[in-house]
Amino acid sequence: MAGIIGYGAYIPRNRIRTDEIAQQWGREPASIRAGLLLEEKSVPGLDEDTITISVAAARDALARADVDPSRVGALYIGSESHPYAVKPSGTVVAEALGVGPEYHTADFEFACKAGTEAMFVALGLVESGRVEYALGIGADTSQGAPGDALEYSASAGGAAFLFGRENPVADVLDAVSYTSDTADFWRREGEYYPRHGGRFTGEPAYFKHVLGAARLILERTGIPPADFRHAVFHMPNGKFPLSVGAQLGFRRDQLETGWVVPTMGNTYSGSSPTGLAAILDEASPDDLILITSFGSGAGSDAFVLRATERLPEVRDRAPTVRAMLDGSRRYLSYGEYAKYREKIRMNS
Amino acid sequence: MPSPRYTRDIPARYRLDAARCSACGHVALPRRTICSGCRSQDMEPVRLTRRGTVVTSTVIHVPPDEFTTEAPYAMAIIETPEGARLMAQVVDCQAEEVVPGMELSLEFRRIRREGHGGILCYGHKGVPVRRHEA
Amino acid sequence: MRDVAIVGAGMTRFGELWDASLRDLFVEAALAGLGSAGADRVDSIYVGNMAAGQFVGQEHLGPLMADHLGMHGVPAVRIESACASGGAALRMGFLDIASGQSDLVLVAGVEKMTDGADVTNVLATASDQETEVYHGITFPGLYAMIARLRMERGTTTEEDLHWIAVKNHRHGAMNPKAQFRREISVDDVARSTMVAEPLRMLHCSPVSDGAAAVLLAPLDQARRYTDRPVRIAGSGMATSTIALADRPDPADLDVVRLSAERAYAMAGMSPERVQLAEVHDCFTVAEVCCLEALHLANGSEASQAARTGYSALGGRVPVNTSGGLKSKGHPVGATGVAQVIELFDQLRGEAGERQVPDAHVGLAQNMGGSGASSVVHILERV
Repeated sequence: MAGIIGYGAYIPRNRIRTDEIAQQWGREPASIRAGLLLEEKSVPGLDEDTITISVAAARDALARADVDPSRVGALYIGSESHPYAVKPSGTVVAEALGVGPEYHTADFEFACKAGTEAMFVALGLVESGRVEYALGIGADTSQGAPGDALEYSASAGGAAFLFGRENPVADVLDAVSYTSDTADFWRREGEYYPRHGGRFTGEPAYFKHVLGAARLILERTGIPPADFRHAVFHMPNGKFPLSVGAQLGFRRDQLETGWVVPTMGNTYSGSSPTGLAAILDEASPDDLILITSFGSGAGSDAFVLRATERLPEVRDRAPTVRAMLDGSRRYLSYGEYAKYREKIRMNS
Repeated sequence: MPSPRYTRDIPARYRLDAARCSACGHVALPRRTICSGCRSQDMEPVRLTRRGTVVTSTVIHVPPDEFTTEAPYAMAIIETPEGARLMAQVVDCQAEEVVPGMELSLEFRRIRREGHGGILCYGHKGVPVRRHEA
Repeated sequence: MRDVAIVGAGMTRFGELWDASLRDLFVEAALAGLGSAGADRVDSIYVGNMAAGQFVGQEHLGPLMADHLGMHGVPAVRIESACASGGAALRMGFLDIASGQSDLVLVAGVEKMTDGADVTNVLATASDQETEVYHGITFPGLYAMIARLRMERGTTTEEDLHWIAVKNHRHGAMNPKAQFRREISVDDVARSTMVAEPLRMLHCSPVSDGAAAVLLAPLDQARRYTDRPVRIAGSGMATSTIALADRPDPADLDVVRLSAERAYAMAGMSPERVQLAEVHDCFTVAEVCCLEALHLANGSEASQAARTGYSALGGRVPVNTSGGLKSKGHPVGATGVAQVIELFDQLRGEAGERQVPDAHVGLAQNMGGSGASSVVHILERV
């Protein structure tokens, strides 16, 4: 059986509070916080992008797995903020990690589910025996138009998972995908900010696909929600994942560990993967874990995992998600945020 | 930074691949053919540890054009445990905090980019170790 | 080797010379130099220039300048050693005369820095592009790292550095060729804009246009051109690592010591003989390092030399009586030649209010990069 043999996450150290953004646009901070369940979000430094976040997360995944990078046969990065429109992020990350040159790589894009897409393909290649080890990474420096509701959530970070057949920290019991063509959120070529269908992104998009994938994998594995110790669903805001979890029959305490969105924001392709990393930071051997992503367009991937005895042994080889969320932070004013996110028109 | 030149420098910039002199132990980043310490040509590859100590530092307030949005930023000469010395920015802290003796980890970051449409250039920057030591 | 003398000199004013082009500057200085010696034609030309290719997009300065002097046909070549290009060109001219190859050589340094290039970027090309500039370091930044190391060790204080700028401006105020003919106070320096901590704007030499030219001849032919030739008693050059990080002690300008020791040896002189010096104060901290490395003052003496008056006019060794790079200006390729012109004037007793009484021996030290190259010349009245 294939599984996750190493994992790592990275969250930039800059933050902006929901209140700071709300005040900028003349909105009432308390109602925004309560409506979205968002306190603050991470902001990438001027020198951080999907590539640097992927390198940081993947270095920790390799450190936890203690695997020679040259044995990694495939590396996939899912993101909707690949720094190049044409030229792979994966090649930069692989060179930095010491992977290659005998490896396969591709950049994935499927809105917020590109990260689990990368994991899905990495897992499949390992299960098939095509490669010995494969990295699946989800990372983003998410875009949200100034003044748009997305601006409160769009944040930066990511997580990396190394798949292999020996010494897993979590076995993968099953993986499914549930997809339809739904234009709920998009960004056209050459456009800087994404657009979305407002409330159309909810029931016909997020809820339909997350419920579809989760119900499918619960049915296939035959494991009832009560048997899971942890579950994480894509986190476009604080409310949606709690609501979808409740609809599926999960208790709040099963959702708590992976629910990192209130202080991290929505890291798009990195969202549910980082939630999974936070769960692996805490999980005990034999804990059952459900992760379900969502990507606009639209679709969801779901995985059922079971933590192994090895997980607690390798956990301390890299920093935890919680340590990065609660550790050294720098709070930005909206002006600094606008500069950091390059929303100010400069002479170049 | 034209891309052929950038591509050649990837081993040193992305992986801190250096060379250690078998004769005198001097470590050079990037790799060199001839040891600058003793002129031996017996240089062996070594990959540097991604941490180091500040030897000396400054805070750049008047930057080259490409670094305008980043100023003021700290820069330091950093010595790795192997004894190699490298010049790098130090980030994710107040620039004034960066003084000789400070312990750093080296993280992979974007260093510069060629205008709006040119290539993106990566490498390592120093980050104070305190935060990740939880 | 033949003895070599300087027999003529001329220079432009240093400063932001908006009406003068690179070639205008060169021609003005060269004509003044040729005129001072009553010479019309030379055997060869050395052009000291750091970066005309980047500043104004012009390379191939040898023939360009020979052409504009109406001397096409004469061997002419551009010599580059970053900010030490002028000193290096002088050394080439010196060797040309000393070897017997030429009997009259024009050495002229020139730089046109204000034509719109990103000066910070251009100057930075004198350090290591791949390991230093790539990461965003600037020239003030490199010298700031040297200053911080000295301050960390307690050998130099910030106020010591302020005084160097004050002293050099006091000297420069008396120099009609200087870019800044005004005195400044310690407070002015301490309150000036931060450039690279701990160095502020008034610790830094300015961006300047200018040119400086000298004529060299064998000493035994010198009186054809002037009754007061000045002999080049010693010439020394040295190099160090291009990157500051690669030096065992980044605060030690070993290159200056090495170049000085070679010049002292050639001149057969000890440092005690030096009565005045022009040293490369591109940043105040460099003057401190250089005084030490030239053996003109020891550690704490060197740091405090400007404040105590040791290195001021009237002191034990007046340093940068011209105003130095700080006040006179620093058109990089011209600097090394202009330094020698100050000594030439002083040793001939023609320095006006800046005159060092009874000056017989002077030293000029010109540096490239963060101390990757250095050229020292020792001049003697004959």
